[in-house]
Amino acid sequence: MMDVLLLSRIQFAANISFHILFPTITIALGWLLFYFKIRFDLSKHPVWMRAYRFWVKVFALTFALGVVSGITMSFQFGTNWPGFMETIGNIAGPLLAYEILTAFFLEATMLGIMLFGFNRVPAWAHTLATFLVALGTSMSAFWILALNSWMHTPAGFEMKDGVAHATDWLAIIFNPSFPYRLTHTLLSSALTVCFLVAGISAYRIYRGDNKKAPRLSLKTALFTAAILAPSQAFVGDLHGLNTLQHQPAKIAAMEGVWQTQKGAPLVLFSIPDAETKTHRFSIEIPKLASVILTHDPEGEIKGIDAFADAHPPVVPVFFSFRVMVGIGLVMIILAWWTSYSLLKNKRLSTTQLKLVMAMTFSGWLASLAGWYVTEIGRQPYLVTGVLRTADAVTTIAGENVALTLVAYLTIYAVLLVAYISTLLNLARKAVNVEEYDLKIPGVPETKAYSNPNVQRGAQL
Amino acid sequence: MMDLSHPQLAIIFASLTALSILVYAILDGYDLGVGICLSMSKEEWRDTEIASIGPFWDANETWLVLAVGLLLVAFPVAHSEILRVLYLPASLLLIALILRGVAFDFRAKVKPKNKIHWDICFKVGSILAAFSQGFMLGIYIMGLKYNIWSSLFAVFSGVCVIAAYALIGNTWLILKTSGELQKRAIQRSKQAGIVSFIGILTVCLVNPLVNANVLAVWTQLPMAYLYAAIPLLCFVMFALGYAVLKRLPLKNDSGAWLPFLMTSIVFVSCFVGLTLSFYPYVVPNTLTIYQAASAKSSLEIMLYGTLVVVPIIVMYTFIAYYAFRGKADTLRYY
Ligand code: HDD
Ligand code: HEM
Ligand code: HEM
Repeated sequence: MMDVLLLSRIQFAANISFHILFPTITIALGWLLFYFKIRFDLSKHPVWMRAYRFWVKVFALTFALGVVSGITMSFQFGTNWPGFMETIGNIAGPLLAYEILTAFFLEATMLGIMLFGFNRVPAWAHTLATFLVALGTSMSAFWILALNSWMHTPAGFEMKDGVAHATDWLAIIFNPSFPYRLTHTLLSSALTVCFLVAGISAYRIYRGDNKKAPRLSLKTALFTAAILAPSQAFVGDLHGLNTLQHQPAKIAAMEGVWQTQKGAPLVLFSIPDAETKTHRFSIEIPKLASVILTHDPEGEIKGIDAFADAHPPVVPVFFSFRVMVGIGLVMIILAWWTSYSLLKNKRLSTTQLKLVMAMTFSGWLASLAGWYVTEIGRQPYLVTGVLRTADAVTTIAGENVALTLVAYLTIYAVLLVAYISTLLNLARKAVNVEEYDLKIPGVPETKAYSNPNVQRGAQL
Repeated sequence: MMDLSHPQLAIIFASLTALSILVYAILDGYDLGVGICLSMSKEEWRDTEIASIGPFWDANETWLVLAVGLLLVAFPVAHSEILRVLYLPASLLLIALILRGVAFDFRAKVKPKNKIHWDICFKVGSILAAFSQGFMLGIYIMGLKYNIWSSLFAVFSGVCVIAAYALIGNTWLILKTSGELQKRAIQRSKQAGIVSFIGILTVCLVNPLVNANVLAVWTQLPMAYLYAAIPLLCFVMFALGYAVLKRLPLKNDSGAWLPFLMTSIVFVSCFVGLTLSFYPYVVPNTLTIYQAASAKSSLEIMLYGTLVVVPIIVMYTFIAYYAFRGKADTLRYY
């Protein structure tokens, strides 16, 4: 008999990790496209349209992957965690329902107009559709993060016969960790897109693309990142303080504080040992953790030992947190350095281009690491203090879960490779494709546009 | 504000769930159908066929999310029970939907020599998705139990759903294409129609035989007279549809929308027949919608949202269909 709990957890983690890769991109890319489209509408300068046309292809592909993996997610609650809906269904249900009704239909329908409607609807309607798609993805994030935050810091409910009943919907939606989590996640999406756009544009430029669109995209992305990356560190710090208040065990795991202590050091790096509850080879800055978290060098921080068995595993939380923060710091440095060069010399050096290229998918890594901190840090609870993960698990035979898990993992691996190589392929192709003029409504069709080769180029 | 009792809310949500399954079957039915019959011989045809569903498929699939979502949020116990039994076919469905959903986008972006691979993926994914839906329906009709007979029936039901989706997909293509491709769609509609007809007839006969209370529903007078209208309507539509298909294509393309309309009516009548057979059960013979419904206050808050939002969704869906009216040949990615 295989361990259903473990398999279900792995399967859920694999599916949501795959899913979140794509929303992380679509949420912010939608707004970027809206920005490009507005700039085009205002200036009628074709370069904005070229930037739009390139990135809308990436958007379409990413969106499709987000949708199909999301559909898998919506089956998962019932199949793998029946205890989840049976216990907190009265809370989770309406939040999920509102997400479907206000976000999913909007984005899915408007996407059709956004992708295929350029020559079919008036220009303003196309811009509006672009706006509504972006709005839809953000609303979707709003609702699902409300639910997710509620699972971390539940509020506005009462338990009757072991089942949660809502008492105050505003308190449920705007639960204590929600504002922080929403802001931090939206910023993480924006940063992921900044570095994706910058990376791909740098790749085009590196490959000899001297058109204006990639340069413009590169600049837009790096300047935005220069502002957002420090903001993210600031918001993340506030998020951590909020967590200290509501989920101190998670903080103990993140900071690697084994024993409750006053004047706790900040552990920059170490190899935590769960057996002996100590650090090996640690590099520490004395008292800094206490300063950051309590604003007092002698402030007390609860350690893992204070939580008996209700604490998360330390090692994955500890390392994930360092990966996220580490990437965050690299993002700040790189964004400032490149922005400075762009402002001063109007160009980037080859080293800088290469570094930007290397960071193309760094947002994915940081976001995944962040989610692992948050979600593993909540263990052993599924809903803090209300429902343990082990009590929600399915009764489906372990063999069946194992079988489907293997199938999902295989498909995800193939799709991830296909996705990344298609992105690079699109970028490479964009280098060589001639720039063509668009059929702008009201303006006669240009020769370039009606040329079949160019049309094929435009289509692919 | 109106004050609805818990049973009233349960019946409202059961109807909403049923309605979204029906809308899903018609809408995603036609785009799965187009995938099932994808013309592997000619790339141009494939481009047009896929363009005809391009702007719509994503929104169509959202009705599945809504259906599963409503079942999950309004009848959580039923959702886990049904999906627990149907775990493997449901997983097959998901994998098939993943394959076809992404194939759609990849085909337009990969190197030309790889395009055909994604087209195959698209076709196979569509067939598998239709099959697993039919298989799940079959097991559900057989009372959510696996044995040799229920499995055989479920396989048969899977094939019938493939045929039914192929039928509605081809009638959609009649509406959306012209020339040779349209002629082919007409031909295929006839073939798929015949298989679907046989399938529906068989389900009508088998269902009352295996489920005692289904037999009771359909034979209890006086309602039986009223209910008899449903299969009658279905079979009249088949007959009329066949007559129309024989005459198409007409000059000026008039009547091209008729087969799609008639097939939709067939879908509606079959579906109404099925839901009547099972009411008030949501898990056949074990759990009624009244037992499975979630708490009153949660149902209420969802109902308000639904009443406000669904009309808006219907409105912008119509706008989208209006924007993409006419033949698909001129539809270009972007
Ligand atoms: C922070 C954002 C976020 C998070 C945490 C999740 N999703 Fe998601 N999801 C989105 C943001 C998003 C999105 C941006 O709205 C997507 C992604 C790409 C897309 O096309 O829409 C989407 C698509 C999407 C779809 C397809 C919608 C459609 O048909 O258009 C479903 C069914 C789900 N998701 C379900 C889930 C579930 C059950 C989740 C949690 C367990 C989940 N998502 C986590
Ligand atoms: C989107 C990014 C997310 C990622 C990457 C993520 C990741 C994870 C991971 C790695 C686990 C496993 C933890 C463990 O078992 O040790 C987990 C558990 C879980 N998460 Fe998330 N999560 C995300 C968002 C969400 C959201 C939005 C919800 C619900 C609204 C959610 C609900 C759950 C549930 C129900 C579990 C239980 C399974 C378990 O504990 O193993 N997650 N998640
Ligand atoms: C640089 C300084 C950063 C700090 C101090 C920081 C802090 C945090 C903290 C404390 C959490 C855990 C929240 C909880 O208790 O559940 C978290 C989660 C998360 N982080 Fe960061 N973070 C930083 C950078 C980043 C970057 C650069 C990204 C992505 C580009 C990112 C993405 C995420 C995500 C997606 C989550 C999970 C969602 C959430 O709980 O908000 N973080 N972060």
